[in-house]
Amino acid sequence: MSTPSMTTTTPERLRELVTPEGVDLRLVLAEASERAGAFLLDAVFIALSLIVFTLLTILAGVLTKLKTAEALAAIWLLVSFVLRNFYFMAFELGPRAATPGKRILGIRVAARNGKALTAEAVFARNAMRELEVFLPLSFLVASRNSIDAWISIAGIVWCAIFVFFPLFNRDRLRAGDLIAGTWVVRAPRRLLDVDLSSAAEGQGFVFTREQLDAYGIKELTVLEDVLRVRDAPTIAAVADRIRAKIGIKTGITTGLSDVAFLLAYYKALRGHLEQRLLFGRRRKDKFDKP
Amino acid sequence: MAALALKSRRFRMEREADWKRLEALLDHYERGRRSAMSDDDVIAIPVLYRAVLSSLSMARAISLDRSLIDYLESLSTRAYFCVYGTRATIAERVAAFFSEEWPGAVRSLWPETLAAGALAFIGAAAAFVLTVHSPDWFSAFVPYGLAEGRTPDASTKDLHDTLFGHDAHGGLSVLASFLFTHNAQIAILAFALGFACCLPTAFLMLSNGFMLGAFLALFVGRGLGVDFGGWVFIHGVTELFAVTLAGAAGFHIGWTLAFPGSRDRLVALTEAGRQAARVMIGCLLMLAVAGVLEGFARQLIENTALRYIIAVTTGVAWSAYFYWPRGRR
Repeated sequence: MSTPSMTTTTPERLRELVTPEGVDLRLVLAEASERAGAFLLDAVFIALSLIVFTLLTILAGVLTKLKTAEALAAIWLLVSFVLRNFYFMAFELGPRAATPGKRILGIRVAARNGKALTAEAVFARNAMRELEVFLPLSFLVASRNSIDAWISIAGIVWCAIFVFFPLFNRDRLRAGDLIAGTWVVRAPRRLLDVDLSSAAEGQGFVFTREQLDAYGIKELTVLEDVLRVRDAPTIAAVADRIRAKIGIKTGITTGLSDVAFLLAYYKALRGHLEQRLLFGRRRKDKFDKP
Repeated sequence: MAALALKSRRFRMEREADWKRLEALLDHYERGRRSAMSDDDVIAIPVLYRAVLSSLSMARAISLDRSLIDYLESLSTRAYFCVYGTRATIAERVAAFFSEEWPGAVRSLWPETLAAGALAFIGAAAAFVLTVHSPDWFSAFVPYGLAEGRTPDASTKDLHDTLFGHDAHGGLSVLASFLFTHNAQIAILAFALGFACCLPTAFLMLSNGFMLGAFLALFVGRGLGVDFGGWVFIHGVTELFAVTLAGAAGFHIGWTLAFPGSRDRLVALTEAGRQAARVMIGCLLMLAVAGVLEGFARQLIENTALRYIIAVTTGVAWSAYFYWPRGRR
């Protein structure tokens, strides 16, 4: 399988994952910003559930007139421990291998060797959070008692090393990923969009060979995006550019709206380029020779 | 019809139903609704997965519809993780963990376990000797908050009461869960700190030993050494063993990070991380047991001999479980 990449994602985030069937799935690593966003969302979720749970505990204590205070205190301690330590683990061990924050951003955890994500790996990557997040946080909280300014500075430096750790390696690994043999990849749930070539508009318009040779695959992809987004000013601008490029006077296509014209051209260009593809000719872009 | 002449469109129309079916099945699977799926559905997933994978390679070769290829890539990836990411059932996993993986991992970390144990022992011995000679050392080894009145200034009767009177902590279940969460947090920290080239973990092991040694010296000085031993070791055998193993797990990671040997550093580190994590998962369970022993057994059993019997029993049980030679390998 050596088909050239057609995805527009930056190649340095593209990772090969060849399935046992021999197909490269072309995983895309999550950006550091997505990771940070997912973590912040999860932190908010944890904090919110802890607040809600604390309020419920207090409520239960008041309702039972503190008779069950002992049991409630024990439960509260255990639940907050579980939330802090096992929130990430429990979700990442599920079938989607992602916490709610990661799901919202369409990313998931995967084993770097492409095999199954094991419980040990998930444990290792999340136990490391203790070092990366909670330890520096406790440093910062402790330093408010002004024990020693140096300790809080050391805490901040420590925190910075681990927070920015993913930025200093190609695979965007944090210390936990390094230990566990995991990485975080994009796993968006895409829906199948309509096939633009099935659109009813833009029928019966014939282009010449020269007009279709004006563009390559890259331009076709851009045209596809434009047609899917359907932003009126962009459509008008693109239609004008293409008409000018392939030498069609606006007057000749007055019967057609811009959208219909672009759809017609898209269908014709895609048919033309796909036919060339079947003959083994993949024309990258308009600078490639036809 | 000019439009139907597009081969890529015919290709899509012929296969679309299969793709949609796989997508629906994956939705069920990912939402955890396994019980809602019939046997036919479960069997269909790998078959459909291979069909989609072949559609993907075909689409890459003949279609220039970007959104179609993106869709197939996303669908194939989801299906791949579902087909190849499936693990054994939870019951099988748990059984394998307790019968082989955990004891095996603990055994394979024996040099690190010895090192962590030796550090704790050295710490305890040093603190003991120093504190016996000069009680002033006590405050250097034991943080004020942890001493809870058990200082060289306390009377012998007060010290005796801390060993046998009910704790002032209130309910036993609170105490048990507090002790467990506190110790487990320290154990996880010891594991994570190993990443910083072992040094912080080593310090944690030493300081743990310091505290034990200092307390021991204090109680021995008042002739309460034997009673103190019973008070500590009824749960301490389990707890100290668990903390030592957590330290060993930390050492294993730190050591591999510094000296990966002939393997690639990343590969070695991943393998070390897995092994250490296995040990750690078990450690947390040990600490839960220790928390129950400390919170309940120690407060309810006030007989020193009985305390020692429990301590020895747990020690023998854990060692036999971890280190008793197993027949098959």
